[in-house]
Amino acid sequence: MSMIDDGREQWAASVNEVTIGATSEDGGTRGSAVTIGGAKALPFIPSEGQAPRKPVVAMEVFDCEPPADWPAPLLEALGDVVKSPAEWAKACVEQFGAEMICLTLVGTHPDSENRSADEAAATVKAVLEAVDVPLVIWGCDNDEKDNEVLPKCSQAAAGEKCLFGTVKEDNYKTLVASCLADGHAIVGLSPIDINIAKQVNILVSEMGFPLDRIVMYQTTGALGYGIEYTYSIQERGRVAALSGDKMMALPVICMVGQEAWRAKESKATNEEQPGWGDEKTRGVFWEITTATALLQAGSDILVMRHPEAVKALRDHIDTLTA
Amino acid sequence: MALKALDIFKLLPKTNCKECGCPTCLAFAMKLAQKQASLDDCPTASDDAKAQLEGAAAPPIQLVTIGAGPKKVQVGNETVMFRHDETFHHPPGIGTIIPDNLDDAALTERVAAAGKLQFHRVGTDIGITVVGVENVSGDSATFAATVERVKTLGLPMVLMAQGADQVAAALGVCADERPLIHAATADTCDAFAALAAEKTCPLVVSADTLEGLAELTEKAKAAGVEELMMTLTGASTPGELDALTSARQLATRKGMRSLGYPCLVTSTDEDVYRNVGKASTFVAKYAGVVLTSLYQPEHILPLLTVSQNIYTDPRKPIQVEPKLYEVGAVTPESPLLFTTNFSLTYYTVEGEVEASRVPAYIGVIDTEGTSVLTAFAADKLTSGEVAEFLNSETVTSKVSHKKVIIPGYVSVMSGAIKEDSGWEVLVGPREASGISKYLKTVWPAA
Repeated sequence: MSMIDDGREQWAASVNEVTIGATSEDGGTRGSAVTIGGAKALPFIPSEGQAPRKPVVAMEVFDCEPPADWPAPLLEALGDVVKSPAEWAKACVEQFGAEMICLTLVGTHPDSENRSADEAAATVKAVLEAVDVPLVIWGCDNDEKDNEVLPKCSQAAAGEKCLFGTVKEDNYKTLVASCLADGHAIVGLSPIDINIAKQVNILVSEMGFPLDRIVMYQTTGALGYGIEYTYSIQERGRVAALSGDKMMALPVICMVGQEAWRAKESKATNEEQPGWGDEKTRGVFWEITTATALLQAGSDILVMRHPEAVKALRDHIDTLTA
Repeated sequence: MALKALDIFKLLPKTNCKECGCPTCLAFAMKLAQKQASLDDCPTASDDAKAQLEGAAAPPIQLVTIGAGPKKVQVGNETVMFRHDETFHHPPGIGTIIPDNLDDAALTERVAAAGKLQFHRVGTDIGITVVGVENVSGDSATFAATVERVKTLGLPMVLMAQGADQVAAALGVCADERPLIHAATADTCDAFAALAAEKTCPLVVSADTLEGLAELTEKAKAAGVEELMMTLTGASTPGELDALTSARQLATRKGMRSLGYPCLVTSTDEDVYRNVGKASTFVAKYAGVVLTSLYQPEHILPLLTVSQNIYTDPRKPIQVEPKLYEVGAVTPESPLLFTTNFSLTYYTVEGEVEASRVPAYIGVIDTEGTSVLTAFAADKLTSGEVAEFLNSETVTSKVSHKKVIIPGYVSVMSGAIKEDSGWEVLVGPREASGISKYLKTVWPAA
């Protein structure tokens, strides 16, 4: 036995597999489905038996135009497609290499454009038609509005096996019922707290929702702004899962792009921070590095924003899983 | 790896002679395990027992010092696999590699570029802590001349060469700076180890398997080299990750001495994205030194930040100094917000205020490094404290109005703050992300 084998941790259990997207065989219209999870060991330890599933790179698309304060390098890289969610999604899949689309319904928030549930459902349909990759559909983080909007979106996407986010400890019943009825998977939100994560998983599964259709979102801290909390929560969760804790044996989603592009390091101009390097690519590297670090903690879906970061991250994942 | 009392007991003479002051050898073993006694107190302990106990007291991964003087860097001495198990103790040395085949102008430029890889972010100075000099030319004199130029940076150096002659030439101009010598192979180990031992410099050994590394560390140690590091050659990124993980595991959990040294990783892919990807991966996972061929600030800053974050102590909340902070070109009419001294809370608020481009004051209340909600729940954020701060001279000497914006999460404090301080209380957004909009829309009307 070699030393590498000798030093290897022996794990007792594995992470659940979750499949998102339904092809025509499964009653949907997706060109292909993605399956995440299945890890039997810590990430990217080849001789320990590579995880059966690679982490998946999704791109975020808004149901409305991005706010003007998005950093210029990001807006420039995306171009005019951001004027239409369907066009934006199409560019992400066809030009930028996104394996999934995360449609974030920012425009439904009462403080934003306060779009109606019907408008949101129409956008979901338009995006489903524009691309054939699996979809993540994410609310606006206003409980009341989400409870009104997400069930309609769930209905509009019935049978497509989308991943809907999010449910939390004190607001889960409406969305769980919808996703159960329409055959979707669900994201459980628990801000950097393992016990809350378990609690959410228990509450959701007690409604008869299968554990193999739940993905955990323990909130994402950007590099430089709390990534260490996310990193350790995810790593602890993964170690617990591999040690046999069934309520933690769920794959994890990270909202990398939205956090990384809020960082000062991504937004500051050369004039503001002359020593920090090229303003055009600084944010791209910030986004990539947030993702590469979180991959080491155990991440299964990474939702990104910048096309170059997506390309680089997919290549990095290929290198790690080669 | 620390020994348990029973393991120690097995090494003792078991005569219960009481010479050490303990009634029995077992009692003495228990004191030793708790580090309350020294084996020197036992008159009859064998040399073998002493050697084993000393070995057990040493850290599972050696602490290696690179460089001399105030900028020397210490790596290794790690004890756990996961930062949540305890903490990671010594952030990896991160540095750029300067080759010795550059022309004069290019070398000047590269040294200057390396000198600029120092940053100030979230109230802390971070920067590269080592610099590699690579003998690409194969020539000894050229290598030594380049080392002399790089030396002006004042950073601990890593001498990267394949031949002992080249290393010897470089040591001729910098041995006093205690550079890290990189890297002895099975073929060159004797010569490299002799140089490292003579100049008391730390040495990196390199091989393409853990077995090979273990063999070389033993050999170098026997040759008198005191501080060692290891580097794996010829492996893919996941192969190297695998090896570093196993080595860490064997050293920290199984007490394997021959692998109990920090690892050095080089990232030299010409594709910048791959280079950053590899370097950031090994900053997070188990490298003691990461050297990259990159030298642009936008590539280095994220690597340094991964280290800054992963190597914070998860057992202690990171705090900022409680005081009045100014963001932008403030005037006495600028808005005043307050928040807690939990570093993450403060810098999130600061970032949003900055993004709003509305100059503002942020008052930081000492809540022992807890967030707004936690502090409020634990009675560490009280209206009395806030009032005292608002009416302190720090604030009144700078702010001409009496309107304070409080975090939305503690809106219930509004009445009490108003009563205790006499200030008008405006309830700000619950999440920092709403601050920008608030300052631009609500504040002007207030």
